[in-house]
Amino acid sequence: MTKVALTAISAPPLSQETHSCWSCGSMRAAHFCESCGKVQPPVPVDYFSFFGLAPRLDLDLKALEKSFYELSRKLHPDLNARAGSQEQEWSMEQSSLLNDAYRTLKDPIRRTQYLLHLEGVELEEQSQSATKQARATGETKKQIVPPDLLEEVFELNMQLEELRMNKKTGEDDPALIEEVGKQKLSLESKHEALLRELQTYWKTWDSLIDRGPAPLAERAQVRDKMVDVLNRRNYIHNLVRDVNAAMEN
Amino acid sequence: MAPDRIVGIDLGTTNSLVAFMQGDTPVVIPGDDGLNLLPSVVALDPNHQPVIGNAARNSLIETPERAVYSIKRLMGRGVEDIRQELKLFPFRLADDMQPGEVLRIKLGDKTFTPPEISALILRQLKRSAERFFGGPVTKAVITVPAYFNDAQRQATKDAGRIAGLEVLRLVNEPTAASLAYGLDKKQNGIVAVYDFGGGTFDISILKLHDQIFEVIATNGDTHLGGDDIDNLLIAIALDDIRGDLGLDLRNNDLRRNAETVQAIRKAVIEAKIALSSDPSVKLDIELSGGQRYQREITREQYEQLIQPVIERTVGACKQAMKDAGLKPEQIDEVVLVGGSTRIPKVRALVKELFHREPHIDLNPDEVVALGAAVQANILGGGSEATENMLLLDVTPLSLGIEVAGGVTDKIILRNSTIPASATQFYTTQIDGQANVAIHVLQGERELAKDCRSLARFDLKGIPGMAAGIPRVEVKFLIDANGILHVSAREQRSGKEAEIQVQPSYGLSDEQVEGMILDSFDNAEEDFRRRQLIEARSETATILAALEKGKKDPAWGQLTTDEKKKIAKMEKSLVALHAEQDYKAIRKAIDVLNQGTMRLAELMMDTAVATALKGKNLDETDLGEAPTAPHPMAKAEFE
Repeated sequence: MTKVALTAISAPPLSQETHSCWSCGSMRAAHFCESCGKVQPPVPVDYFSFFGLAPRLDLDLKALEKSFYELSRKLHPDLNARAGSQEQEWSMEQSSLLNDAYRTLKDPIRRTQYLLHLEGVELEEQSQSATKQARATGETKKQIVPPDLLEEVFELNMQLEELRMNKKTGEDDPALIEEVGKQKLSLESKHEALLRELQTYWKTWDSLIDRGPAPLAERAQVRDKMVDVLNRRNYIHNLVRDVNAAMEN
Repeated sequence: MAPDRIVGIDLGTTNSLVAFMQGDTPVVIPGDDGLNLLPSVVALDPNHQPVIGNAARNSLIETPERAVYSIKRLMGRGVEDIRQELKLFPFRLADDMQPGEVLRIKLGDKTFTPPEISALILRQLKRSAERFFGGPVTKAVITVPAYFNDAQRQATKDAGRIAGLEVLRLVNEPTAASLAYGLDKKQNGIVAVYDFGGGTFDISILKLHDQIFEVIATNGDTHLGGDDIDNLLIAIALDDIRGDLGLDLRNNDLRRNAETVQAIRKAVIEAKIALSSDPSVKLDIELSGGQRYQREITREQYEQLIQPVIERTVGACKQAMKDAGLKPEQIDEVVLVGGSTRIPKVRALVKELFHREPHIDLNPDEVVALGAAVQANILGGGSEATENMLLLDVTPLSLGIEVAGGVTDKIILRNSTIPASATQFYTTQIDGQANVAIHVLQGERELAKDCRSLARFDLKGIPGMAAGIPRVEVKFLIDANGILHVSAREQRSGKEAEIQVQPSYGLSDEQVEGMILDSFDNAEEDFRRRQLIEARSETATILAALEKGKKDPAWGQLTTDEKKKIAKMEKSLVALHAEQDYKAIRKAIDVLNQGTMRLAELMMDTAVATALKGKNLDETDLGEAPTAPHPMAKAEFE
């Protein structure tokens, strides 16, 4: 069984005005009809369009939550439990689309990954399955260490190895534990710094989107920067996880 | 046609309840013994007829081979899953059980699957509700532990169907409890629901926002509850008995031993309950053979003993807080649900864990059923109290599929709001390959073998193409009940690929059909028949009372006209008695009741007057004054 990589979803954004309600014929129907309240058949759209948003990254989360609650009050199956079976099915599909979209967009990392995915970049896919496969077979996953971390990572891996050995032999080395603890804190602060760095690229991206159709080269430039930050961040994330595992065991 | 009566049912490990929204208040509907709690015990009487609840409880001790309790622990599980369970519970499996098959439990010489046993409990609740409403009940919301997996949920839904109930929604128990609590407290904030019941433990953290109940994280253990505490106490007693009295109850005469073990179980449960308020209790159990087993247990010893059990709830709570991204200080309220939260030590643990005093305003045994009634009301279109309420729940466990190397590829993560969906694409590896096998898993572990196998799907009928060319889109959708649905489509040809589902421990549709107790078509008819029997028996009661009244001195005080009217009413009731129309009979009973009201009053007056004349009131027969029929059961007096 082979998994085929997803290609970008390229459906046009849903226009809020162009659909007519299947039930009352009103022209203002989107996910639900604003005139009669009936749930409409789902239209394949990307998550940003689902909320009627442009593909911008610096989202107003309060406003997103508000739309999520408002749409839930219209689309959720509990509120359409007495409708016909076709409507109930649409309600379930629309509601799952809403939940999937909200879950993706409310999280800064998932949101960025999703946007990159829409742009045709696949980062998580290979990296995740490679990690899992490596863990399953017991091999070490070959990861490209970000150059600026090379020295630190080398040092840390030595210490982690020592820590694991100590655990096995029952030895206690408070100095080592303290040292690894410090490293962990430093990694965590790098992890946070990377999110801030990512946010600066969001602004660049958003300004490109706001300007209208941006030159492909410019888009590609910001995109590549975001991919780089996500990869580094992911690397550090895994490192912190390893440190936690070594310290807990 | 009356509006849909949708009831809320808490199908519990130890007790089950049915509730309904009466106006703006959810109320529990009592059973025919007048009690709100129906013990989740099923037994077969000597005529092989099922007996449910308190009546069956006695059978646990008298004929343990024909009784079963805590069946919820076996819902949606296979033989391999319950090896541990079998050591502690007297479940007797059918002799010819095969691995991978749905469990079958022996009761007497018959066998039942767990959904069928649960269905008997549900049917009992359904009947209580029907008596309460005076009409058929066919729709229900049933609660399940939040941490129930797909198979356990499916089994619960099947049980509903077998009982003749359309299960409109499965609601997670802690979430249901939050609905009951949220009904009159219209505030916003973060609430943690700690639900420690008879067999399961759940923790759910919710965000309340303008009457939207949004679950942020949930965690739990579907095999952790008061049962585990009982088993610890039983094990001690059995050890004592073997050591001091030289009796090994685990061998030899199984039948007699099962009785003794059940007697011990009953005694330790009583002791457990007493230890929530008393500093110590004394176990005193008569064993077969006339010997007595006695032991004193202090609160301190008890608390030490149960510490490891209740400690097991801590990990789940911490994980839920971590998943929610919250610290204990950020949680505004903690609500306790489930009988096991009556244990003071559990309350102390919760207080320590969440840094605050937990809420216990509502009866922890009833709150889940009350919440189910609220959800039933929402599904039925809502009332003034519920019109703005909406529950957004999550899936407790990640959903994944097996990929190369036996690894789980998670496609819907735990704590995702449901309904939730994920789409995966598959292709073929060989030219012309028509089928692809997909293994669906549920759980958090990295390797497929450590996760729960939900189902194996065969994608069939993929059009013949070169390897790697077909593009089969498989859509996984978890519905609002937390149950998985799968659909597939080959994108290049647009052909729907066929899916064959083999649920790992589930009943097939055909099997469920064959088990249905009161099929939907017969629901009305069954109800009518039962109503007719009841109406006829009430007729007999009222006519007998009237005969008695005619002999009473009070009869003489009635006018000729009154007597005539009564005679006419009596005549029409007697005539209807032979007919099939229970509604007409009931109406005639009501009319006669009204018509004899004065007679009843006069009888009462004469009785009092007689008593005042110096006679002893006890000697005066007050007679059975006819009363209006009511949905309550007869009161019991000891």
